[in-house]
Amino acid sequence: MTSRFSFGNGAALLQRLGSVIGLLLLIIALSVLSPDFLNAGNLLTVLRQVSINALIAFGMTFVILAGGIDLSVGAILAFTGAITAGVMAAGHGMALAIGVGLGLGLLLGVINGVLVSWGRVAPFIATLGTMTLLRGLTLSYTQGQPIGVSNSSFALLGDGYIAHLIPNPVVWMFLVFVICAFLLRGTVFGRHVFALGGNEEAARLSGVRINAMKLGVYGLSGLLSAFAGIVLTSRLYSAQATAGSGYELDAIAAVVLGGTSLAGGRGWLFGTLVGALLIGFLNNGLNLLGVSSFYQQVVKGAVILIAVLLDRRK
Amino acid sequence: MHGIQKAFGPVKVLEGVDFELRPGEVHALMGENGAGKSTLMKVLTGVHKADAGDIKVDGQTVSIHSTTDAEKHGIAIIHQELNLIPHLSVTENLFLGRELSTLGVLHRRAMRKRAREWLAQVGMQSIDPDMPVARLSVGQQQMVEIAKALGQNARVLIMDEPTAALSERETDTLFALIRELRQKGTGIVYVSHRMEEIFVLCDRISVLRDGHFVGTRPIPGLSLDEVVQMMVGRSLEARFPTRDVTPGKVLLKVEHLGDKQVHDISFELRAGEVLGVAGLMGAGRTELARLLFGLDKASEGRVLLDDEPIHTRTPVQAIKAGLGFVTEDRKAQGLVLDLSLRENISLPRVPAHAGVIDRATEKRQTKGLIEQLKIRTRDMELPARALSGGNQQKVVLAKWLALKPRVLILDEPTRGVDVGGKAEIYQIINQLVASGVAILMISSELPEVLAMSDRILVMHEGRASALLDAATATQETVMLAATGGH
Repeated sequence: MTSRFSFGNGAALLQRLGSVIGLLLLIIALSVLSPDFLNAGNLLTVLRQVSINALIAFGMTFVILAGGIDLSVGAILAFTGAITAGVMAAGHGMALAIGVGLGLGLLLGVINGVLVSWGRVAPFIATLGTMTLLRGLTLSYTQGQPIGVSNSSFALLGDGYIAHLIPNPVVWMFLVFVICAFLLRGTVFGRHVFALGGNEEAARLSGVRINAMKLGVYGLSGLLSAFAGIVLTSRLYSAQATAGSGYELDAIAAVVLGGTSLAGGRGWLFGTLVGALLIGFLNNGLNLLGVSSFYQQVVKGAVILIAVLLDRRK
Repeated sequence: MHGIQKAFGPVKVLEGVDFELRPGEVHALMGENGAGKSTLMKVLTGVHKADAGDIKVDGQTVSIHSTTDAEKHGIAIIHQELNLIPHLSVTENLFLGRELSTLGVLHRRAMRKRAREWLAQVGMQSIDPDMPVARLSVGQQQMVEIAKALGQNARVLIMDEPTAALSERETDTLFALIRELRQKGTGIVYVSHRMEEIFVLCDRISVLRDGHFVGTRPIPGLSLDEVVQMMVGRSLEARFPTRDVTPGKVLLKVEHLGDKQVHDISFELRAGEVLGVAGLMGAGRTELARLLFGLDKASEGRVLLDDEPIHTRTPVQAIKAGLGFVTEDRKAQGLVLDLSLRENISLPRVPAHAGVIDRATEKRQTKGLIEQLKIRTRDMELPARALSGGNQQKVVLAKWLALKPRVLILDEPTRGVDVGGKAEIYQIINQLVASGVAILMISSELPEVLAMSDRILVMHEGRASALLDAATATQETVMLAATGGH
């Protein structure tokens, strides 16, 4: 790639733009079908809803590009959210609570990385294990009850606005996107992520520190899940034990819809943002059109399948 | 096959190719990488459809649109990468897709019996048909593939580089079988880069060049130079360029190095020297390289660079110490096929400041190496996948040259590379040696080892069986040491 956002050749460009074209078509279709769709208020609401999934999906992109998968993201979100709220409920300040939450997320991610690298456990199984374990820990820590947050500056994190217009979570989403895109395309770490997912053996022989890289990608995924958990806790003014159920699947769907290969080594972060937006606009559009939530799931599943099938045909 | 044409988009891959195979002949199909050999064979086996031209079997024009069609006409192919399923048994593999059954219930006993008969045809009656294929050697697996083809009553057998992964002995067994099949009237298309084999085995040769049909000639009376000339369109001055470098001081010293597979290996490697490593498949040559490069852990002995012991317990440490390793399997171990040339070449050490990639330096460095190694590509941003075998191998070399290694290990540096590409790789080796790099070159091609090395380390069953001076060594003395004789 000659620069961060350009591509090797025309065909690859076209293939990658498939998800973008899909998103534009969806936006046009919804604008025609529903008069309530195309206004700033609604669009910003969708962006805010998308932001949590997008934050997780950015981390997931690194994991999948490196040839892994992380099923524990939703559980990490719930656990770190609960702990963050718990630290504040115990009378500590917001900075400490956030620090503990983020640190814990990073640590849990690194543990996933240790299981996958030194432990040689298949990523699917390792993160399925930590997911289940963390869900249990979260339930026992919260006793199934929400932990309320009364710290008003903490609430700004997820519920505030910039210029009385743009919700803060949306700002976080774009900020994290820019940082992660740079990390992926502009740094040696990112280059090694592609190499690891593309051919682990060749990467090892080239002197890439395979195990350290795995700690890095799972650690990043854990960190971003924790950040998403903190933002969500802030927006809801409370931490729920069952928060983030199924978020791992939404994140994976966003990554795959964006055109990143589940086999690793091929993909881009912008696609993940587009994939998350696709899912968000689809949910929103179906709501506006009055489609029942049962059928919404059917449509979402069908869209994922069609998108992946189209991608295969190219 | 007559007047076969095939294009992929604007790229014409085959332009009017004629190919004729008689029953009971072994017909070599040669040409440089990218000449169109594989495409021609894919047309014959129904993988690709020809744009023009026709295929006749026994004088009848036939249309072959799928591998099933090809099978129906008795055409079978044995690919370079074997198509067996490792954890299924020999019988299960032989009958894969054509299981004997009634209403979906398998006739196990009948299949096992038939499998024994087929295996006997290829001289493998000693193999248990219930054994999983993964437990067989590569040579045995190849025999299973041939048995499978014969079981389908193949009258035309296409073999693509069948000896690439075989030992000397397995190659002999294969050749004996091929001659037997020829006797029985099977027509065999033999695709190989190994000139020596063609002359020993084949009756006629057809050569393709850049998608054009150059000609068909009977092998008897044909010289090596004539074949090379047909392939490249010009005579290569010499297959091996000469080198005039006197090895300098001792750079690498290996003392009693060993692990489970390699035992008590000692040698010295000088700056500006090529030490060839010869031996049969499984003699421990690649294992020795892996040990030196920190991919496996040594249990005994030590390695010294400039008389200082170095500890290469991981590739990272080996690279830091000044070692490079060009592996034998470039697709599985040498390249990340989806990454661009540039990204592959810079992988061992991406030019960067504080982890942020310095793209300008990276491009300049890549451009320099592409020119230095004459890598033929229109764009350094193309994925490595898009290059020919010879050019891919040069990319792997470029990757290590970027690091300016002091000791470079080359494992089968010209495997699967065409004649022209080989000569270029030899030139590169000579340039490196002239600049003082010490090279350890593992190779199964004896002429290559003899011509390119200063000295030759011969291995046999994990041990060094001889250290020969290349100037006086012959194929016979090397083979003698490689087979354990003295």
